[in-house]
Amino acid sequence: MRPESPTGAELGARLREGDLSAAPAVLNLVESRAPQAREQTEALLAAVSPAELGAEGRAHIVGVTGPPGVGKSSLLSRLVAEWRARDRSVAVLAVDPSSRTSGGSLLGDRARIEADPRDRAIFIRSTAAGDRLGGLAPATRAAAGALAAAFDVVVIETVGVGQSETEVADVADTVAVIVQPGSGDVLQFLKAGIMEVPDVLVVTKADLGRVALRALANLRAALRSLSARDTAVLAVSSVAPATGIGELVDALDAHRDRLDLAARRLRSRRLVALADFATEHGERGLRALGGRREAERWLEQQDPALDAGTLERALEERARSADPSGSGTI
Amino acid sequence: MVPMNAPTHRLPEPDRPWMMRTYAGHSDARRSNELYRRNLAKGQTGLSVAFDLPTQTGYDADHELARGEVGKVGVSIAHRGDMATLLDQIPLDRMNTSMTINATAAWLLALYIVAAEDQGVPEDQLQGTTQNDILKEYLSRGTYAFPPAPSMRLIADTIAYTVEHVPRWNPINICSYHLQEAGATPVQEIAYAMSNAIAVLDAVRERVPPELMGDVFGRISFFVNAGVRFVEEHAKLRAMSVLWDELGRDRYGVQDERHRRFRYGVQVNSLGLTEAQPENNVYRIALEALAVTLGRGARARAIQLPAWNEALGLPRPWDQQWSLRLQQVLAYETDLLEYPDIFEGSKVMEGLVEEMLAGAREEMARVAEQGGAVDAVHYMKSALVDSHRARLLRIESGDLVMVGVNRYTETEPSPLTSDAAGGILVVDPEVEAERRAAVERWRAERDQQAVDTALAELVRVAGEDTENIMPATIAAARAGVTTGEWAQALRDAFGEYRAPTGVGEAAAVSSEDLAELRDEVERVSEALGRRLKFLVGKPGLDGHSNGAEQIAVRARDAGMDVVYEGIRLTPSQIATSAAQEGVHVVGLSILSGSHRELIPSVLQELQDAGAGDVPVVVGGIIPDADAAALREAGVAAVYTPKDYDLNRMMREIVALVAERNGVAAPAA
Repeated sequence: MRPESPTGAELGARLREGDLSAAPAVLNLVESRAPQAREQTEALLAAVSPAELGAEGRAHIVGVTGPPGVGKSSLLSRLVAEWRARDRSVAVLAVDPSSRTSGGSLLGDRARIEADPRDRAIFIRSTAAGDRLGGLAPATRAAAGALAAAFDVVVIETVGVGQSETEVADVADTVAVIVQPGSGDVLQFLKAGIMEVPDVLVVTKADLGRVALRALANLRAALRSLSARDTAVLAVSSVAPATGIGELVDALDAHRDRLDLAARRLRSRRLVALADFATEHGERGLRALGGRREAERWLEQQDPALDAGTLERALEERARSADPSGSGTI
Repeated sequence: MVPMNAPTHRLPEPDRPWMMRTYAGHSDARRSNELYRRNLAKGQTGLSVAFDLPTQTGYDADHELARGEVGKVGVSIAHRGDMATLLDQIPLDRMNTSMTINATAAWLLALYIVAAEDQGVPEDQLQGTTQNDILKEYLSRGTYAFPPAPSMRLIADTIAYTVEHVPRWNPINICSYHLQEAGATPVQEIAYAMSNAIAVLDAVRERVPPELMGDVFGRISFFVNAGVRFVEEHAKLRAMSVLWDELGRDRYGVQDERHRRFRYGVQVNSLGLTEAQPENNVYRIALEALAVTLGRGARARAIQLPAWNEALGLPRPWDQQWSLRLQQVLAYETDLLEYPDIFEGSKVMEGLVEEMLAGAREEMARVAEQGGAVDAVHYMKSALVDSHRARLLRIESGDLVMVGVNRYTETEPSPLTSDAAGGILVVDPEVEAERRAAVERWRAERDQQAVDTALAELVRVAGEDTENIMPATIAAARAGVTTGEWAQALRDAFGEYRAPTGVGEAAAVSSEDLAELRDEVERVSEALGRRLKFLVGKPGLDGHSNGAEQIAVRARDAGMDVVYEGIRLTPSQIATSAAQEGVHVVGLSILSGSHRELIPSVLQELQDAGAGDVPVVVGGIIPDADAAALREAGVAAVYTPKDYDLNRMMREIVALVAERNGVAAPAA
């Protein structure tokens, strides 16, 4: 952090006022591992907590995930345009799967999301993935929570199938899984229960016609057999002339309207606190809490008004008291 | 019938020389026409038209993306009026014109046909070449406009049209040239060019009657490269003719042996031309010219040679004349054209050819496995990025000797670069404003109703995949449509496309030198609080991304988070990315000569986006005088082709970030 960087409280106040230009500084802060930055991040999250806002963060937090090469970026370009046409501000947090073998990474994803650079109501930030494919970094979870106070839509884009949508589901209000026709993975994963049923399933490349229609039918059949009647299944085409984009936004909106937002966000804050705790303290930390299930049960008994940062600190407190020798990792 | 006792080591008659061209054009049609007529008077036997980047990518001079690029690397051609001026007093029934044009090839061919009509020359008499090879644009050169499928359709349409109506035209030049410039090894150059040709021929096969396939095959020509390792390079060309003959016979059933002859034009290597001691490039060019002329068995049909000062900036007419004279000395003074193939029976040459054939067949099979060249663009691109990186590492280590660059660097001051401009051509900065005004005037004065009708018809045909795009395109050219309008109509119909950058897949390398650098990146990142983040940007229309890609990959290998978004970005896009991504430093690469307009404009946009304190470094073909001006304007460092040591560049960039953020220098 540079000396003149704004504090977490200042950034929180700007977000509360709907100042979208705070976004880059917010990301710089939550991504920082400097010791003083952690405190500032907690101050930021506290400043945009429901208690401070008097409500849940306004945004619709949408997770968009799917295997590489299915056309997520082209689809996002169209989605961003559609949201802007409906006069909604959009922040995209693109988690890039780039490997970190050298410590470094190549982030190019935003290149493929076409957006008007002069439109200040669009914010796109790419972040290197965590330690594994599709993993969310703590910074992404914090950023989503913070930006939700100011933007109308916050998108978290990740790559992968099977695990990544679960992680995204911890943070997002609505999870859309993107598949392309002819790829059987998702179908198999759904049937085998490896993958949780998403809120919206999107089949890209609808311009392929019959192939896309068959994919739609197969997915619908699989969902019926799983009695997942609420999941919308849509076909879209991102190549000119684009089709199905408006319907997709409608479907995302419909899911959000059905949602008990307060309950979902509360669950999200608790899961985020646990995920951040696990990132920081690993399996040993979780064992000190009596395991993941036990930790989740304990979190469920905590004050619903607490923000994720406070909850994480409470978890640390609890782990430390469970390990009174102080010789553990906590 | 050869007489029985005729010597077999001499030709009864010397061969006719190859077609001699100079890749030329700048500013506007009038100035370029004057240049062409002077060149023809000097003994040049064909034309090679260089278009500016807006024309190549389908934008008019008044489009935002055209800023700084109008008339720079070639001539700006917006409509039939420009084309008529460009070819004024040049007899099109006799001229053989090569046009380096790809995404907009169908359009420029249509303008050429209409200009010929104006001269009273029917289309079936026209001779020349449209480059028209889109895959290598995705892989290397970057002047694409539309996605792969509609681009392949445009190519197939121009081939189908010319085979029937412009039978002496070469509708496509499959380019291996740019693959070598992007770092291809000879084997990759052969394999990817042949795979590319297969993709094109397969697409055309569906659009022409089977009995025309022989003619189609016979009209496909190649545009190759030749580097300074001229023995190996000659072997490469012999290997290509073997493969081409095989391909025609076995895959496309071409019966006529003449149709299966490997025909190619060449521009010799620019990649190996150096900025340091640039006079040495004259020797390199001469040796490279031998690669494509020495053996009659695989001799070029047409040659254009680069100028000695290409790594410094745009060549002047005199520089180009010097290269033309080299061709003339080779053809008219030496005895080169008096003999049959001098390598026939050479064990060395045969061995080299066999080696390359084996390698190329293996690589072609790999491309075929992935569904052919169109689907394998990602694979080929990352393979090229890898090869190019291997080459740079060898230059850095000194394993690959470049005289004057990494060995024998001591030099006397050069009298060749001592003039005010540094021995290069500087395009009049007024040209862009003139061109903008001219295209606005053209639009105001033409019959708008005819234009609207023609564009509507073009859009209709674009939507009908089975209909040939050429007639509607020629009608649009006649009606006075502009380059930008034609391309925009098709962009609306087909969509836009961004090619893969190839950098994401590039394998990580490590070396001792790099380990030290990584430690320093780690140290500075720790002090910054988050990983050092570097945006590599290519503003403007210049598609030569090889340098930017290598910087991006090396910075990643050094441990930085690198944001690289590919080519063709506006200053405002770059500034927005820099601000939103929270980068610590911005690196800009420009090779088209538009740095004087675009770099200050990026600096201004960074200010406006609230990222004015982010330091900017610039790399490219930047003359000394311009470098000083850029530093004056606030650029932190300027790198040119003579800065081949990428690790040193990285160290300097890390130090720059440290300094700007108050991070102390490392303890000694």
